[in-house]
Amino acid sequence: MDVWALQIFNGVSLSTILLLIALGLALSFGLMNVINLAHGEFIMIGAYTVYALQQAAIAFTGGPMADWTFIVALPLVFLIAALMGLLVERTVIRFLYRRPLDTLLATWGAALILQQLARSIFGAPNVQVVAPLWLGGNLDLGGDLVLPFKRLFIIAVALVCLAGIYWYMYRSNEGRRMRAVMQNRDMAASLGVSTRRVDSLTFALGAGLAGVAGWALTLIGPIGPSLGTFYVVDAFIVVILGGMGQIPGTILAAFIIGMFNTIFEYGTTAVVGKVLVFTLVILFLQWRPAGLMRLRSR
Amino acid sequence: MLAIQSLSVAYGESVVLSQVNMDVPQGRVVCLMGRNGVGKTTLLKSIMGLLRPRQGQMCFEDADITAWPPHRRARAGIGYVPQGREIFPYLTIHENLLMGLEALPASARQPEVLEQMYSLFPALKVNPRKVAGTLSGGQQQQLALARALVRQPKLLLLDEPTEGIQPSIVQEIEELLHQLRGKGDTTILLVEQFLDFALGVADYCYVMEKGAIVLEGPANDLDQGQVREYLSV
Repeated sequence: MDVWALQIFNGVSLSTILLLIALGLALSFGLMNVINLAHGEFIMIGAYTVYALQQAAIAFTGGPMADWTFIVALPLVFLIAALMGLLVERTVIRFLYRRPLDTLLATWGAALILQQLARSIFGAPNVQVVAPLWLGGNLDLGGDLVLPFKRLFIIAVALVCLAGIYWYMYRSNEGRRMRAVMQNRDMAASLGVSTRRVDSLTFALGAGLAGVAGWALTLIGPIGPSLGTFYVVDAFIVVILGGMGQIPGTILAAFIIGMFNTIFEYGTTAVVGKVLVFTLVILFLQWRPAGLMRLRSR
Repeated sequence: MLAIQSLSVAYGESVVLSQVNMDVPQGRVVCLMGRNGVGKTTLLKSIMGLLRPRQGQMCFEDADITAWPPHRRARAGIGYVPQGREIFPYLTIHENLLMGLEALPASARQPEVLEQMYSLFPALKVNPRKVAGTLSGGQQQQLALARALVRQPKLLLLDEPTEGIQPSIVQEIEELLHQLRGKGDTTILLVEQFLDFALGVADYCYVMEKGAIVLEGPANDLDQGQVREYLSV
């Protein structure tokens, strides 16, 4: 029983990270019809930002501050990943709107450049961010059920981010503009909305969220230049399963994929688990090609 | 107010508008008529900046707007009610109306003007939190009108506002146009196929055929028989 509870807990933890990554992809696809293969690299940029900040803190203060740099890094991670997103949007993607296949190639190119950049700056081997001591403990629920604080912390941060996104999309003026552009780009422009600005902002927001996911990932393992590629495939599956450009669908799909991944991996091996998940998704899409949720209109 | 000179628009190889000249004077209601597919909607879209002309010039209040993007034209004072309404289906009525204020500078977005729209279109006031896509066609048309009027445009482009709408609402729309015409602050370019409706509100009419203007004149001087011939299928 406890073993299963632990698996479910791990599944939720993976799901929340996947969700942070997939939300940005879903937004950029829903809004701009852009398939962004460089999205994973924003995860990597987020992770290395924490690492760089921590190394700098250790170099300057000799250690005692390293614990806090992790928390201090969060807003900075979001900002830097968002700025990198803006850079990619302004220099590559804006020229390729309405040409999905070209964006596929161009963003893949951008991804390779960013990975190489990380390799040149930080070196090819993986590096490790030192997790704060106060996240080192466990929540002991009796029996064999021991939940690491780190994972609980990641879930909490992801939920806060999700609430923030919800507020942004459904309560703020910028979010209303974004939804309007998603639903009818020409009409939004005809009413005075600068769609270029909305595109850039949305793209930067998605990149920033991926950066936050990278920040969270430094708690669970080492980071390397190709960190993003590993997660971005799963995130793409989440977006497709959820229904393209659909936020509620994306949320549901993130939890389904996260759960199934964890549960299948437990019963088999990592590779077999992934194969099983992909097979199930493919079968599901045969049955419902539009994904879990689909917008209806009269 | 709006002057169009030798405007030509093409989708790829097929020319939809050729050498269109049009003048919409300040404070007037100008009506553009013609059968389906002669290029009326294309002309309105070009005026809004949604289509790029191949040739020609458009001037709005003495500014050459030919190369301006749509949002800049909207901010200059052009309001657009497209064919088929094109409301935002998953935004609420209230949010749709707020979108109508986007063309104004942030400081000028007064929420009070929304109240004016609600009193002008009481059907929208019943439940402003309702998702707009669930409204009936007539209500959607009223919403599209309110969305365009809420920021008091200098020039209003209306594309077939009576198409597929129940008669009682057509009458309301006609009254509204008369009101706007009476006030005289809003210049209107109306696309309409329904001759009686058009002649009832327009000061001046243009008739289009195969992407070109073939007939024009003041509404009360127009040879109705000839117009009917151009409109008959």
